[in-house]
Amino acid sequence: MRILPAANSSRPSRGLSGSKAWRVTSKTRQAFTAWMFIAPAGVIIAIFVFWTLFESLKTSFTDDSGFGSANWVGLANYVALLSDPRFLNALANTLVYAAVVVPVSIIVALGLAVLLNRPNLPFRGFFRVAVFLPFVTSLGISSMAWWAMLNPHAGIIPAWFEVFGLSLGNGIQDPALAMLFVMIVGVWRDVGFFMVMYLGGLQSIPKELRESAQIDGASPWKSFWNITWPLLANTTMFVGIMALVFAFQAFDQIYIMTGGGPFFRTETLVLYIFSTAVERYQLGYASAISWVLVLLVFVVSLFQVGYFSKRTVQY
Amino acid sequence: MAAIAAPGVDYVSQAVGKARRQRGMTILIVVVMFAISAFFLLPFAWMLTASVRTEGSLLADPATLWPTVFTLDNYAEIWRRIPFGRQLVNTVFFAGAVTVISVTLNSMAGYALARFDFPGKNVAFLVLILTLMVPIEVTFVPLYNIISNFGWIDTYQGLIVPRMASAFGIFLMRQFFIALPKDLEDAARIDGASEIRIFLRIMWPLAKPAVLTLGMFSLLRNWNDLLWPLMVITQQDMLTLPPGLAMFKGDNLTEFGLLMAGSVVALIPMVVAFLFVQRSFIEGVATTGMK
Repeated sequence: MRILPAANSSRPSRGLSGSKAWRVTSKTRQAFTAWMFIAPAGVIIAIFVFWTLFESLKTSFTDDSGFGSANWVGLANYVALLSDPRFLNALANTLVYAAVVVPVSIIVALGLAVLLNRPNLPFRGFFRVAVFLPFVTSLGISSMAWWAMLNPHAGIIPAWFEVFGLSLGNGIQDPALAMLFVMIVGVWRDVGFFMVMYLGGLQSIPKELRESAQIDGASPWKSFWNITWPLLANTTMFVGIMALVFAFQAFDQIYIMTGGGPFFRTETLVLYIFSTAVERYQLGYASAISWVLVLLVFVVSLFQVGYFSKRTVQY
Repeated sequence: MAAIAAPGVDYVSQAVGKARRQRGMTILIVVVMFAISAFFLLPFAWMLTASVRTEGSLLADPATLWPTVFTLDNYAEIWRRIPFGRQLVNTVFFAGAVTVISVTLNSMAGYALARFDFPGKNVAFLVLILTLMVPIEVTFVPLYNIISNFGWIDTYQGLIVPRMASAFGIFLMRQFFIALPKDLEDAARIDGASEIRIFLRIMWPLAKPAVLTLGMFSLLRNWNDLLWPLMVITQQDMLTLPPGLAMFKGDNLTEFGLLMAGSVVALIPMVVAFLFVQRSFIEGVATTGMK
C-alpha cells in the first residue's frame, strides 16, 4: 500500500491509497460528523436535563414560589427540612418502602427465573408473559384496578378474605394496611422485568459448570448457592440498582391508590415533592427535597456498586 | 463411582425413579406457576369483569369474577363522560411521535459514541452515565418553568419535545453498536460511502433488534405515563389516557364499571403491541441486563 502525504491528496483516489489517506485528511471531518450525529439528541438533553438540573439546584437555594422574583435564601430550605415532620415522615416512608420492595423484588424475580429456566417446562412462554404483563401496562391504570379491588365495599380481595372469615379492615383506606398494599403493587409491577433480566443472566452461565457440579453430587440447593448465585452477581447488581431507583421514584400506584394517605402513611418523597410544587407552588422548597432524593439515590447506589464490584464475574 | 464396580445395581429402575421424580417436580412447578400467574393476571381479569357489570351487581356480589349481569353500557358511556376519544388520539400521537423521533435521535447519538473517535468522546460518555443515575423528578420544577416560559403548557410540543432524546436510549444503542465488528464500516468507507449512508444503509439495518427494544420501551413509557402529562397539561382535552382516567376517578369515586371500561380500552393497544413483539422484546430486555 502506498502512503500518500495528506497535503498532496486533496482528492484521494479510491481503493489502494484510500485507507491511510482517508485517516489523515478526515480526522477533523470525522470529529465534525460525530458531533453532527450527537447534536440533535445532545441539544435536547442539554436543555431539558442539564439546564434543568442546574436550575433546580439554584432554585433549591431560593424562596421561589412561582410568583414575583425569588430571593436567595442560602441553605434555609435544607435547614427547614430537618424540622419538617411531613418531610421526615416522607423520608422514612421512602426508606421503608425501598427496604422492603427492593429485596423482595430481587428474591421473587430470581425465584421465578430459576423456575422458568427449565427448558422443557410446559406453558413456559405463557408464564413468562403473564408475569411480564404488568410491566407493559400503565401502572397508573392498573393501580385503579388494584384500588377498586381493595375497596372495602366493592373490592374482590376483601370479599375473598371474608369468605375465609378474615377481615381486611378498611381495605385500601386502612392506615395499618395501605403501605403494605402499595408495596405489593410495586413488586407486582416490576418483578417481571427483573425476572427477564435474571433469565438472561442464567442463560449466560456456562452449562458445564452446573453439570459438573451435578456429577460431583452437589444438591440443587448447594449448586445454586455455590455456583448460580455468585455467577449472577453482575445481573444482581444491575437489577439491584434498577429496583432501588424504581423504589425511590415510586409515585403512580401511591398517587392513584392512596394519594399519600391515609394520614400521610404512604406519602413518599416524590409525592411530597409533587404536592409541594404542583399544589402549593413552593418551588424552592420542592427543589430542595428533590436534591435530597438525588443524594439518597446516589449514596445508596455507590454502596451497591462498591459491594458488587468485589464480586464482578468475567468469563 | 462405586456403582460402576458393583454389578448388582439396577440401572433401569434407578433411571425410571429419576425420571419419575423429574416429572413430579415439573408438575409441581407448573401448578405453582399457574397459581402465581393467576395472581399476576388478577387485576386484568377483574378489570374485564367489572367493565361489563352494573354498579349494583358489583356492590351486591363483590366476590365473583364471573359477571352475573352482562352489559356493554359502560363501554358506550365512557366516550360521553370524558373526552375519551380525544384523549385516545392524544395518547397515540404523543407516544407515537416521541417513539419515532427519540429512537432516531438516540440511535444517531449512540452510534457516534460507539463508532467514531473524536475529541471529547470520553467526557460525553461519562456525562451520559451520570445522567442515567439522576432521578428525573429532580428536574420537574425547572422543567415546568421552561415549558411555561416557552408557552408550551397544554400543547403537544410541550409533551413531546423534552422527550425527544434520553440518556437511557443513547446508552442502550451505544452498547449495541459497540459490539458490532469494526471492518463493516471501514470497508464501506474505503469504497467512498458517506457517513450518513454508512449509518443508514449498513449500521441501522443491523441494529434492528436494539431499535425494536428501544422503540417498545419508549412506546410503553410514554403511552403509560401518568406524571409527565399531569404536569404539562391542565385541560382535559389535551390529556392522555392514564391521567385522563385518573382525573375521572378523582371526580367519581364509585363508578368502577365506567372507570374499568376506560382502563380496558386504554390498555389493549399496549398489550397487543407487546404480544406481537414479545419474544424479541423480552430477549432484548434480557440482554440489557448482562452488560
